[in-house]
Amino acid sequence: MRGCLPSAFPFSGKEPTMSVAADRSKAAQPRPFLRPAVRAELAGWLFASPWIIGFIVFTAAPMLFSVYASFTEYNITTSPRWIGLGNYRALLQDPFFYAGLKNTLWMVVFKTPLVIVISISFALLLAMNVPGGAFFRSIFYLPNVLAGVAAVYLWKWILAPDGLLNQALSFVGISGPAWFTNPAWTKWGLVLMGMWWIGGNVLIYLAGLKGIPAELYEAGSIDGAVGWSKFRYITLPMLSPTIFFQVVTGIIGTFQIFTTAFIISTGDPFYASQSLLFYVLYLYYRAFGKLGPAGFQMGYASAMAWILFVIIMAITLVQLWLSKRWVYYESEGH
Amino acid sequence: MATIAKPERVQPTRRFRLPRLSTGQIVAFIVLSLVSVTWIIPFLWMLATSLKAPWELVGSNFWPEEPTFEAYYTAFFAFDRFPQWIRWTWNTLLITLIAVFGKVLSTALVAYAFARLRWRGRDLLFSLVLATMMIPSVVTMIPSFIVFAKLPAFGFQGSQNWINTFLPLTVPAFTGDAFFIFLMRQQMRGIPMELSEAATIDGASEFRIWWEIIVPLVKPVMAVIAIFTFQAAWEDFMGPLLYLQSENKYTLQLGLRQFEAAAGGLPAWNELMAASLVVMLPVIIIFLMFQRYFIEGIQISGSLKG
Repeated sequence: MRGCLPSAFPFSGKEPTMSVAADRSKAAQPRPFLRPAVRAELAGWLFASPWIIGFIVFTAAPMLFSVYASFTEYNITTSPRWIGLGNYRALLQDPFFYAGLKNTLWMVVFKTPLVIVISISFALLLAMNVPGGAFFRSIFYLPNVLAGVAAVYLWKWILAPDGLLNQALSFVGISGPAWFTNPAWTKWGLVLMGMWWIGGNVLIYLAGLKGIPAELYEAGSIDGAVGWSKFRYITLPMLSPTIFFQVVTGIIGTFQIFTTAFIISTGDPFYASQSLLFYVLYLYYRAFGKLGPAGFQMGYASAMAWILFVIIMAITLVQLWLSKRWVYYESEGH
Repeated sequence: MATIAKPERVQPTRRFRLPRLSTGQIVAFIVLSLVSVTWIIPFLWMLATSLKAPWELVGSNFWPEEPTFEAYYTAFFAFDRFPQWIRWTWNTLLITLIAVFGKVLSTALVAYAFARLRWRGRDLLFSLVLATMMIPSVVTMIPSFIVFAKLPAFGFQGSQNWINTFLPLTVPAFTGDAFFIFLMRQQMRGIPMELSEAATIDGASEFRIWWEIIVPLVKPVMAVIAIFTFQAAWEDFMGPLLYLQSENKYTLQLGLRQFEAAAGGLPAWNELMAASLVVMLPVIIIFLMFQRYFIEGIQISGSLKG
């Protein structure tokens, strides 16, 4: 490795050796500007400074300010006007707030379990070492790299009233719904298209499955476990930490649903009887004066952001508490 | 479904022999094949639609009877659209490349401090880094907007504050990313400390050790970070939607919305699919080239947190 530091020895043309280097540091080199301990301390802070500055400027300060802003009426151009709990009180009587919350919770309740069941099923199939496993894995993962607007438009077209899916359904005699225009079906349309993106989850479950020691299954076989009972008493408990992680992050992700719903609803809050007005969409429309009073509504939007934060934290904490009953950690030595 | 692959029986070696598969494996193979076809169909449908003439859009044909590149021509060249597309492509490339550079550089610097330097406050700050991973990005959306509206831009891109400039989409990339810092730190901790100690004795500065010893050894992680950042920046919609207002500063993702607006809600699907396919293409190509990194990256992220 020393070979790659040729110019690190500015004071000698000699081949440096360990012993010479030690006293040369006293004799030939100028006294260091700072004591070594201080230098080390300084180096740490300097190397970490990009993150520290970013944290202060782009995270901590804005968040603290928005706590304050949530108690004010604030349109960015004029200074905030203190209104105490005004925003929070108004929120409790805001029908859009409840509509957004209801739509978002609907997605959490219906999408989360479907994603878990389907992605574990796929992972189990992939874990069986079938030929072409790597190819299947890539195919499932491919949609995950396409998170942009383009992919959402593709699905809007597939689920259009005369789109691909309904054409396929009509072949088997089913007349499909107008997925993205009929308010009763819009969210089901989102759930359906969401299934195209479960590849990431499948890969994580697959990694979890591969981490289960083969001895466990062998021991299970000796005890007479077959098929379902192996899955129920070996696979599921061993996979439970992964499932738990996926549920927690999945729910947090679903609460933040934005781009898909925004593109499908063409940026119109009243699209399909507000059936796609999710919490974050309302927050956006409200903040930029596209729904409710005109002009920036940063105080109100800040209050909404903090309520969302509290809701997400509360749900995560409840899950953490519930996890003691169903998540199995090897290190606990059961 | 839960059957476990039986150990293969040892076969006398014969040429062109298919691997011996259990019934379960054969069923799994068939199911996976069918599902894969389903997963591919959307892409084919996109391609098929983009090759259709308007009159073929209403029929029930999957593939056009007379494939034509008309939609591509209209989407990119008609109505003087071409200069705009060039502009948006340039904007997207610029923002994406700066973000990739910034994130890789800053992550490598910050992770070095947490992995290989001893300083007071290190462990406390690192737990803060981990804590920021828990903050849903939506919670910081409005506060950040307010900050960007207050930060001075001194006329950069014709703006007095950071709104309607590329700054909110690029500068934060230079402050690292909690998850990537975590990933990089793990890698850097795996490098023997003796390497750094030997270089210190030889009089190398901390920066030199970082650049000449550590950075070359973590290039694979840097590649993972670079491609994930590329993908995220290229496809970012919410950021540009919030911060870019003038049409000549739009990125490709915002540009795609033009089709919808122009047609008053019902886009010309063949044109929209043609444009969407072209906008997606760079990411698909990068995925096909660096699949291994994507798949490793996602599995690491799952196993680390899980």
